[in-house]
Amino acid sequence: MKEPLRITLLRHAVLLVFVAIAIYPVLNVVSISLRPGDRLRSTDLAIIPADWTLASYRNLFTEQPFLRWLGNSLVVSTGVTLTGVALASTAGYAFSRFRFVGRRATMLAILTTQMFPATMLLLPLYVLIAALGLVNTWLGLMVFYTATALPFCVWQMKGFYDTIPPALEEAARIDGCSRFQAFWHVVLPLATPGLVITALFSFMTAWSEYIVAAQVMQDEQMFTLPLGIKGFQASLSSQWGLYAAASILVSIPVVTVFLVFSRYLVNGLTVGSVKE
Amino acid sequence: MATVTLANLHKRYDSGFHAVRGISLDIRAGEFLVLVGPSGCGKSTTLRMIAGLEDVTDGEIRIGDRRVNDVAPGDRDIAMVFQNYALYPHLTVRDNMAFGLRMRRMARGDIDRRVNEAAAALSIESLLGRRPRELSGGQRQRVALGRAIVREPAVFLFDEPLSNLDAKLRVQMRAELARLHRQLGTTVIYVTHDQVEAMTLGDRIVLMNQGVIQQADEPLAIYRRPANRFVAAFIGSPTMNFFPGRIAGGRFAIDGSDVSLPLGAEAAGHPAGPAVLGIRPEDLVVAADGPSMATVTIDVVEHTGHETLAHFMLAGTDHVVRLAGGIAVRPGSSLPLAVRPGALHLFSTDDEGRAWPGVQR
Repeated sequence: MKEPLRITLLRHAVLLVFVAIAIYPVLNVVSISLRPGDRLRSTDLAIIPADWTLASYRNLFTEQPFLRWLGNSLVVSTGVTLTGVALASTAGYAFSRFRFVGRRATMLAILTTQMFPATMLLLPLYVLIAALGLVNTWLGLMVFYTATALPFCVWQMKGFYDTIPPALEEAARIDGCSRFQAFWHVVLPLATPGLVITALFSFMTAWSEYIVAAQVMQDEQMFTLPLGIKGFQASLSSQWGLYAAASILVSIPVVTVFLVFSRYLVNGLTVGSVKE
Repeated sequence: MATVTLANLHKRYDSGFHAVRGISLDIRAGEFLVLVGPSGCGKSTTLRMIAGLEDVTDGEIRIGDRRVNDVAPGDRDIAMVFQNYALYPHLTVRDNMAFGLRMRRMARGDIDRRVNEAAAALSIESLLGRRPRELSGGQRQRVALGRAIVREPAVFLFDEPLSNLDAKLRVQMRAELARLHRQLGTTVIYVTHDQVEAMTLGDRIVLMNQGVIQQADEPLAIYRRPANRFVAAFIGSPTMNFFPGRIAGGRFAIDGSDVSLPLGAEAAGHPAGPAVLGIRPEDLVVAADGPSMATVTIDVVEHTGHETLAHFMLAGTDHVVRLAGGIAVRPGSSLPLAVRPGALHLFSTDDEGRAWPGVQR
């Protein structure tokens, strides 16, 4: 059915307003990052200022330990993503498919951890990490992030496996698979959208976290990107140019990853496999 | 082709539910055996134990000479077709069929040959490149069959494979399954709740209820000589008419009415006293001139074309008589009914409802 022209126009007008609301702040940051010096406020309305310069970006890579921070963030985020996916995909499968003593209790316990705000867990977890001698290490931060991201991921994966008919694994086992092979060859490929969501969530948790990182990482060499960027904002003079340029660079990987995986986020692969 | 032996098989779930209660069965090599019964009777559980998908609580399963209680499903030399097809959605039809062979590390050329042969036998060659979600229900069913056939197993297990198809397709696939079994000659164990499927496909029918075998026999033998009231009611559509009453002086008097009819050889040796009389709808006939059992008033008429089902009330319960399609009856008309000689079934009045063995045809 074709809709009337004015409905189409109205629809696009509304969408344009939302797009404007969404990208205005981002454009502002882009604009600040291109201004020479640290001009946070400007009377100029141009997105790209007339005297634009990439000095802030250059400065980040040449005079600031930006690359070091980027490396720290990448190591920690990748580590959290890999352990998160590995543990959530297996734990979620166990919760979905096996009936064992304490299954309900464990699932509720995992859920309960989500009721406490992260800031409340800050001190006990810090004490724990300090006792383990993991302060100022990548591993310390990874343990912390994995512990906070995993509960959600386990539930997410469990929910995803619940939608995959057990008959598929039974068919695979009769076709000669062991339980693990059935999981590996049949269940995991079908759970790809769930795995992608889990990976994204784990990555994001680690990539943009500040408070916990500020406790665990005290040496500037070990800073992650959010910590390093925050350092540009001092009490007397903030380096807004660097701040803005770094913010833009930090968001590029995240946006890219979302664009690449967006089709998995909306795709239901299991449709049509079995008739319910 | 292999024999399958079940010896005193039990399944008790952790919840305490005793789904299968001591089943013993010798399935011949090449036999088409149908497990049939109402839902919850234990037929699917029995099949899943044979497949290795459920643990055996007690008893023994042998495929050929080998005890398989503790053998992994993939090592039992069986193939199974599931009710919901259970095709791997992320694989093409070809890969679905080849999956089991690849898991067994069969040579590539052999896999291709077997898949192509099976696809030709099921006329699904044109679908090999598609994925399951692009197929219709009937096509998916064929692919599921194909995935079982390429394995060339010793035993095929079917778990209600036709129940998701529409009526027309079901009849067509039923014939195809029968043909396939004749070609391959493989032992088949087939679970269904549909008595027509059971009657038409099975070399032998095993009728189960509440985890126990009620009767195991050839289809027509079960139809003609049901072992008890449950079997008599389950097999045959419309279901057999039952009349509680008493036997006295060689006659059966139906409770709650003044109808009484003479008994023949079927009651030989039956002591006088209470019993349940069973008459199939087609064994009731219109008494043209001869003596009638009773004249009944028809209240509902169902025309199906080649036959007419006429319902009447007797002693407060609904009964059915099956008439030829050409006979004109209307609701409200009176019909003098007689019973075909030798067509009576007698059952005990207790819960078990055992058939009186005097029934001979």
